[in-house]
Amino acid sequence: MFLEINDLSVKIENKNILKGLNLNINKGEVHAIMGPNGCGKSTLANVLAGKEDYEILNGRINFKGNNLFDLNIEERAQEGMFLAFQYPVEIPGVNITPFLHSAINSKRKRMNEEEIDNLSFAKLLKSKASDLGINIDMLKRSVNTGFSGGEKKRYEILQMSILNPDLAILDETDSGLDIDALKIVTDGVNKLKTKDNSYLIITHYQKLLDYIKPDYVHIMVNGSIVKSGGSEIAAEIEKDGFQKFQ
Amino acid sequence: MNSETLNTLNSYSKNKYKYGFVTEIDNEKPKKGLNEETIKFISLKKNEPDWMLDWRLKAYSKWKKMKEPKWANLSFPEIDYQDIYYYSAPKGFEKKPKDLSEVDPKLIETYNKLGIPLEEQKVLAGVAVDVVFDSVSVATTYKGELEKLGIIFCSIGEAIQKHPDLIKKYLGSIIPPGDHSFSALNSAVFTDGSFVYIPEGVKCPMELSTYFRINAENTGQFERTLIIADKGSYVSYLEGCTAPKRDDNQLHAANVELIALEDAEIKYSTVQNWYPGDEDGKGGIYNFVTKRGLCAGRNSKISWTQVETGSAITWKYPSCILKGDNSIGEFYSVAITNNFQQADTGTKMTHIGKNTKSKIISKGISLGKSQNTYRGEVSFLRKAHKARNYTQCDSLLVGNQCGAHTVPYIDSKNNTAVIEHEASTSKINEDQLYYCRQRGLSHEEAVSLIVNGFCKQVLQELPMEFAVEAQKLVSISLEGSVG
Repeated sequence: MFLEINDLSVKIENKNILKGLNLNINKGEVHAIMGPNGCGKSTLANVLAGKEDYEILNGRINFKGNNLFDLNIEERAQEGMFLAFQYPVEIPGVNITPFLHSAINSKRKRMNEEEIDNLSFAKLLKSKASDLGINIDMLKRSVNTGFSGGEKKRYEILQMSILNPDLAILDETDSGLDIDALKIVTDGVNKLKTKDNSYLIITHYQKLLDYIKPDYVHIMVNGSIVKSGGSEIAAEIEKDGFQKFQ
Repeated sequence: MNSETLNTLNSYSKNKYKYGFVTEIDNEKPKKGLNEETIKFISLKKNEPDWMLDWRLKAYSKWKKMKEPKWANLSFPEIDYQDIYYYSAPKGFEKKPKDLSEVDPKLIETYNKLGIPLEEQKVLAGVAVDVVFDSVSVATTYKGELEKLGIIFCSIGEAIQKHPDLIKKYLGSIIPPGDHSFSALNSAVFTDGSFVYIPEGVKCPMELSTYFRINAENTGQFERTLIIADKGSYVSYLEGCTAPKRDDNQLHAANVELIALEDAEIKYSTVQNWYPGDEDGKGGIYNFVTKRGLCAGRNSKISWTQVETGSAITWKYPSCILKGDNSIGEFYSVAITNNFQQADTGTKMTHIGKNTKSKIISKGISLGKSQNTYRGEVSFLRKAHKARNYTQCDSLLVGNQCGAHTVPYIDSKNNTAVIEHEASTSKINEDQLYYCRQRGLSHEEAVSLIVNGFCKQVLQELPMEFAVEAQKLVSISLEGSVG
């Protein structure tokens, strides 16, 4: 099993958010989690990424044969976990190129691979950017600084394509995107999809799933998954909302 | 000193004696304490003319009546001026490590992190270098080139001998010896420093640095630097080196004077990285520096850029007196304090002439249990019509036990003056750290990246080569502060 979440319960500031959640993801699969606001979707994404604000009450998470709780944030990232943020933070004065260059090399170091030099990296970045239809000028700017919502999301996908993760978690990547931006982002994801990597797509709306076809859809309500199935479930939600699951 | 070292020293001295070096060695013996004898000794050692000795003695008599300025946000034990050596001979052959293997490995590690070439490391660590060191010949080449343009670049000692007219005219003209006790102290006992004169209309074709001065190895504890840019000239001067210097001297009190005549521009960059003391706040340099520039002529410009990461105590306010109409003063500063370091630094911009402009960008970063104060004074005199100042002070706190303070003074006697002041204090943002770490960067790498981004506005003012080293230095200063 690639990612195995067993009976996971999590709280933050005395509030129980996840309550006995189970989820299994195999290599090459695309999973979507849908749920109403406040059901714990983003908490799940952050717990997987290792954010330290949460208290794990119970449960186990196994990722590529490791106990995930033994790894800190950067180790998980270096092991191939990538979180595309809902609200990517601005880092003024920090240029994208050295930022991503350090990121890719810390991953390579952990994997005992040779580090990539400046020149090769600059080439790689340029070619990935042009694949995703990202203007080269954007690479000269500071990380996320002054970016529009759409630019930030595209930039997350660019980073994903550079770091080439085994498991990519997309946390409400569609929020705040118009149809054009949504298409660019989802096209990017579809291009990056292979039989060796897996996706966990978190979304509130069914719209995103018109562009990325999930193998499985899960409905999350009040901290646990209440229903799983194929993409027909998404259509059901679109029609009736989350009401009947609550 | 242990007895074995003493024996070695004694035998060395005896051997030297055979060859007639005895007077030399006797004279090298520094005497503790500050008195007229000490000053006469220094003046004699430097073979100075009488007028220079008189100048020093006058400064000394002023110093005797003065008290240290106490307004800074610093706390440190009373300095015992009689317990200090005021003349340290060029670092004695006795003490020099023979090769890098005798140098503290921690220091070497830092040099390597900064990417400093091996030969340079030897010079910095004070290793006796017998073979002709590359930069010396480089320096000679440069010196020839500069001479062709009429540029004078030498030690202040040499200038006193060879250019007495310029020294008499300008030394102490910007920072009078009686300005405050540290300037009086420096005037009395300064031993080394740089002298630069750029003739009318000459643009100095290279960055001048003490590094390229042949006798730069020992810059001295009480440094005195004087730079004169004649009409329409330009010079960029780099002070010191970014590499950590070993220095056992406790007290440093440098004075730097800049004069820019009509249409002239001086750019002065410093990276200060003296020993800051250990993690418990033991040891470290007390750095009391006075730097002042005079924009004497119309359209002149003086720009200070400093990156302050070292010293246990930093007390430093590079200032500009904007006398010439349309003259410009700039101050760009990054001050990083860690562990128990204290920094009280900033600038003074005094607008005298019409349409004078000044710009202040200050970035303070506090870590550990350190205290970091920006102190600045912007004043507009009565005739400073339509003068402008822009000030931006940003402080970044890393951790809960450090402090950042901003103390701006503004004084305007002319109601056409325009003053803009922006200030911010922030803690390092957890979301930024999380974001960086999620991409695979370690906590420490992430902090370093964010802090470097915070300082970028200032670092980009440094000359290229310097900027790269300064960035690495910023990262090194943050080490051990997070986790």
